[in-house]
Amino acid sequence: MKINAKNIEYRELNQLIKKSKGDITIDNCIGQRYIASGLSNKKIKINGTPGNALGAYLDGAEITVLGNVQDATGDTMNDGKIIVHGSAGDALGYAMRGGRIYVRGHAGYRTGIHMKEYETKKPVIIVGESAGSFLGEYLAGGILVVLGLSGTGMVVGNFPGTGMHGGKILLRGNRIPQSLPPQISISPIEKGNFGEVETYLREYCEVFSLDYEGITKEPFFILKPNSSNPYHQMYVTN
Amino acid sequence: MLIKEGSIRIPSGCAVSAIIDRSKKRFSGEAIIRSISVMHERSNGLGGGFAAYGIYPEYKDYYAFHIFYENAEVKKNCELFLDDNFDIINLSKIPTQKVSEIVDEPLIWRYFVIPHPTKLKASQLDEREFVVKAVFKINTTIKGAYVFSSGKNMGVFKAVGFPEDVGRFYKLDEYEGHCFTAHGRYPTNTPGWWGGAHPFALLDYSVIHNGEISSYDANRRSIEMYGYKCTLLTDTEVITYIIDYLHRKMELDFNEIAAVIAAPFWQTIARMPEDERKEHEYLRNVFSSLLITGPFSIIVGFQDGVVALNDRLKLRSMVVAEKDDLVYVASEESAIRIIEPTLDKIWYPKGGEAVIIKTKEESKSK
Repeated sequence: MKINAKNIEYRELNQLIKKSKGDITIDNCIGQRYIASGLSNKKIKINGTPGNALGAYLDGAEITVLGNVQDATGDTMNDGKIIVHGSAGDALGYAMRGGRIYVRGHAGYRTGIHMKEYETKKPVIIVGESAGSFLGEYLAGGILVVLGLSGTGMVVGNFPGTGMHGGKILLRGNRIPQSLPPQISISPIEKGNFGEVETYLREYCEVFSLDYEGITKEPFFILKPNSSNPYHQMYVTN
Repeated sequence: MLIKEGSIRIPSGCAVSAIIDRSKKRFSGEAIIRSISVMHERSNGLGGGFAAYGIYPEYKDYYAFHIFYENAEVKKNCELFLDDNFDIINLSKIPTQKVSEIVDEPLIWRYFVIPHPTKLKASQLDEREFVVKAVFKINTTIKGAYVFSSGKNMGVFKAVGFPEDVGRFYKLDEYEGHCFTAHGRYPTNTPGWWGGAHPFALLDYSVIHNGEISSYDANRRSIEMYGYKCTLLTDTEVITYIIDYLHRKMELDFNEIAAVIAAPFWQTIARMPEDERKEHEYLRNVFSSLLITGPFSIIVGFQDGVVALNDRLKLRSMVVAEKDDLVYVASEESAIRIIEPTLDKIWYPKGGEAVIIKTKEESKSK
C-alpha cells in the first residue's frame, strides 16, 4: 500500500500505517514523528525525511529510509531492522535492546548510548561513515561498528565509550581515538576474525551493495570494558 | 491578571530556523513561515517570532524601533522620550491582521529614528551605544513600554502563539528581506509573554534559542557589570547581551565568541596544537564567567549574516544546508526540505563549532 504523507499530520499518518495491511511505501514524508513506533510484522519503505523518534520501541518491523533520518531513530528499539540509505541525526538507537540499525552515511552525537543486551537480545548498529562524540556512552551491551568508508579523518568524535561497562565498539581504520577513558581497553582485531560481528557486517554489505572483502581488508580496532581496571571507587569508597 | 516574564519562574524545547541569501537577493517571509510550521510539535503556542533582515531599504540609515505598549498613556510618555533624544523620521502602527489564535495584543508601533545630533554629542557616546542606552532606559523606566527591536534595516516580529500564526498576524509574507530567522517557543521557566518571545534583539543583533542554560545567573551577574539589565529572567536575553558585548564592544569575531560561550573542555584544549591551545586558554580565562553551560542551539542574526552555534556537548539538534546562494539552518532537516527538497549540501555542525554565514559583499571586505 502507498501512503502520500504530504500535508498529513503525524497522528493521522501513524494511524494509517497501523491500519494498513501488508507492506507500505510512504512518499513525501516530511518530519512526521514517531513513525512505526512499537510496530511489529510490517515492512515500511520511506521516501523523504521522517521526523524524530522513527521506529521508537520498534518490535520486529523492518523500515527502509531512502534519505536521511533525524534525531532519536530507533529509541529503545526492541526488535526488527532500520535501514537508512542517508545519514542519521543525534541519539541514534538510544537505549536500544534488540534489533539492527544500518546507516550508510554518518551518525550524529550520542549514537548507541545506553544500549544493553540480555541473553539472545543483542542490539547492533553499523554506521558507514563517521559517528559524532559520545559514541556508546554508558554502553552496557550490544555491538556498535563505525566503518569510516570514505573518510580519511577520525571515524568518531570525542569521548567514545565513556562509562562503557559492557558490549563492544568496532572502529575501522588506523587512527585510534584520543580521549579514551582508562576503563576502556582497545586492541586490534586479527585479520578477518570478527566473530559474531561477521554475520552483521556481511548483511550490512549486502544491503548497501558493498564489497565485504574489500572493507574487511582494512585494520579494525575493538573497544571493550577493561576488566583489569573496573569502575570501582570512581565516586565513593565502598 | 497577565503574569509577565520576570514575575514567575516555571521549571523546561523549541524550534529554530533560518534562511539567508548570500547574494543579498530579497525574498518573501512566506518561506520561513512554512519552514517553522513543519516543527509545530516543538512549540506549545506560548511564543513565536521572526527576525527579518533587509526589509527596510528605504530607511536603511535609521534605527527601526519596534515597541510594545500596554496602553495609549504609556505610548505618549515613551514618544516624549523618543522625541527628546531622536529625530523621528517616520512612525506608524505595525500592520497586523486578525488571527483567531492570537489574542491580547498590545499596541505595536514602529519608529524610524536617528539620535538627535546635539543630544548625541552631549552624551559623548558613539551612536550605537547611545541607542543601546536609550533602549535600556525605555525598557527599565517606562513601565508598560518595551522596545523589542532596534536595528537598522531589520526588524523583529513576535507574539504569544504558534510561530506560523504569529507570521500570519504580522503579514510577514508581505515583507521582503535577504535573511529571516524564526523561533517556535516551548517556554519552560517563564510564563510566555509577548516581550519574552524570541528573537531577542539589540541593535541589529538578534538571537533565537532552543534550550535552557544552566549558567544563567552567573552570566547575568557578569554581564550586568557592563551596564546591561536583564529584566525578563529568560536565558535568551542574557545570550543576546553577551553577543553584543563580545562582538560590538570587545570586537571578538564569531569564532572567538564561540570559544568563549561554548568553550571546549580543558582536557580537549590540552590536546590542541600550541597556538590554538594558547588562544583557547586565553579566551576561557579572560571571559570565564561568560561560558554558557547547559543545552542550547542558537542562531544569531547580525547585519552581515547569521551564526549558528550549539552548546559544546551538542545537547540540541542543528542541521545546516546549502542550495546555490541560499543557506538554511534548522532544528530539523524536514524544516529545510519543505522549502528546498533538493539541496547541494547538508551537514550537522559539531558542538561548539560556530557556523558563520556571511552575505557576499561583507565576506569580500573582511
